[in-house]
Amino acid sequence: MTDRRIASGVGLAVLAALPFLLQPYFLHIAIQALLLGLIYTAWGFMGRFGLVSLGHGAFMGVGAYTSALLWNLYGVTPWLGIPAGMMLAVLLALIIGYPCFHLRIVGHYFALVTLALGQVVALLIIAARDVTGGSLGMTPRAVGTSLLAFQFQDRVQFYFIALALWLAVMGARAWASRGMRRAALEAIGEDETAAEAAGINVLREKLWVFVISAAVTAAGGSIFAQYIMYLNPETVSGVGVSLQIVFAAIAGGMYSALGPTVGALLTLSLTEGLRIFFGTSFVGAANTIYGILLILFIIFMPRGILGVVEAWLARAARPQPAPAE
Amino acid sequence: MDIYLLEAVLNGVMLGGLLALLALGLNLIFGVIDVVWICYAELVMGGMYAIYWLHAIYGWPFLLACAVAIALVALFGLVLHRLIIEPILGSAPINQLLATGGMLFFLQSFATLLFGTDFRNVGIRLPIIELGDIDLSFARLLAFITAIVGAGGLYLFLARTYLGTAIRAIAQDREIMGLMGVDPRRIYLITSAIGGGLAGLAACLLVLQYDVHPFIGLTFGPITFMICVLGGLGNMFGGVIAAFIMSQIISIVGYYFSVELSYVLAFVLFIVLILIRPRGILAR
Repeated sequence: MTDRRIASGVGLAVLAALPFLLQPYFLHIAIQALLLGLIYTAWGFMGRFGLVSLGHGAFMGVGAYTSALLWNLYGVTPWLGIPAGMMLAVLLALIIGYPCFHLRIVGHYFALVTLALGQVVALLIIAARDVTGGSLGMTPRAVGTSLLAFQFQDRVQFYFIALALWLAVMGARAWASRGMRRAALEAIGEDETAAEAAGINVLREKLWVFVISAAVTAAGGSIFAQYIMYLNPETVSGVGVSLQIVFAAIAGGMYSALGPTVGALLTLSLTEGLRIFFGTSFVGAANTIYGILLILFIIFMPRGILGVVEAWLARAARPQPAPAE
Repeated sequence: MDIYLLEAVLNGVMLGGLLALLALGLNLIFGVIDVVWICYAELVMGGMYAIYWLHAIYGWPFLLACAVAIALVALFGLVLHRLIIEPILGSAPINQLLATGGMLFFLQSFATLLFGTDFRNVGIRLPIIELGDIDLSFARLLAFITAIVGAGGLYLFLARTYLGTAIRAIAQDREIMGLMGVDPRRIYLITSAIGGGLAGLAACLLVLQYDVHPFIGLTFGPITFMICVLGGLGNMFGGVIAAFIMSQIISIVGYYFSVELSYVLAFVLFIVLILIRPRGILAR
């Protein structure tokens, strides 16, 4: 436990010092990794209990477009727009989740329902092209650095905002799945009928996980758009985004707290690395490698990179005798 | 009745044929192996590129190019099962779906890498049939007929042949069939090859109507999954009915409002229907 605390302390210190050590380009990557990492963490929060969503792009899109549209059309500050987007995402999760969980729609049926949901949201964004710009995308109205508008031109400022959010999500993840609740959720992931028989309110627990995941994803999507200052149905919603979320979370290890964030770092460095080494002429190369890696991960290490590392650490630690009291 | 609406309805029927054909192979695999090939539409895309390449670039006769493409996609289906599905057949079903999701990424971007994002056309223009004031595309009619024949042929194969019976039996009970002297592994491989071949067949007809590009799978993939589930897994007849329901919605709503809204409605209907009838619209 104390080892863990020391490690966390060192980790936090490094994270806090990072913006003063990194060049702007790498800082840009770090900010994206934190924001995408918290979205992937939100996906893994439900994925690890067997609730695989192929439509998380829907929640990202709802969050991003709600706050951006409220700001552009009505001048409503993102400080209200982001919670509004989160609320819409929660509503959507309840509308889809309640009947699904009530009727025991699980496994790949649930995945297909969420896939349809992702399509609905992406297509609605495109259909409402008069306000959203359709497939061409849109930009939030820029006002320079403004706390009210949630726009910060200084990367260091945005880094600390992203870091604070990421830490909040990590904290929320730990808080939302502690003790009995975690045991209950794991039981549901193993066998729903048995969990129900053991007195677990399966419907309520699953909804709880789905709603939190949707809300965090919406917030992440909204702030990610606020950082990039560009929204496009292809980049913040749609099937492609949904599948990227799934891939990154699984590759990093959705059962580990830091796994999805590692996944975000991995995918970002893959994309950026390929872009730098091969230039833009090598369009699509990153996804070719993603695809192969995803297949290999599912077959050979379904617990992801951190899952393998953790198993390895546990094995290394086991032969040692317990320390004397 | 409004003549344009009638045209929309007829075009819906034709689109239904195409969607039914697309759903056919996926339905077979979904029903028999209990695996969702989320990359199914990307296999179709691969077939379309093969035809485009053989016919438009190397100048092979169209039908020969089609035959080779069907064989290639069937082989791909077999390899896909052998290399990716088989090692994880015992793990959670969702893992198999996700692994084929990786294949989707791979095929899409590999196509981008090889062929770029250009829209490519095989350059075959089939005539338009005029029925009074209504224009019907011959290519669509062809797809419609092929879908009906294909569904019928698959039905006969499953109902009348020994292999077909074995495939249906294994879909009902995986464990027992091994004891009955049927090698499930072999049946799965054969089913995968047939599923791939049907994707190749769909490619032959799609290539007559649409330009090939690396992301064409995203246009047809999701709606195809919805149709399979709505029809009931492994239920060929249900799949055809579901395809026609979906295509009418897309066609008629598209006529009155917009194409996007018609797909939105189709997907919303899917969500509602799967909640009301999770085993498909024809389930008792």
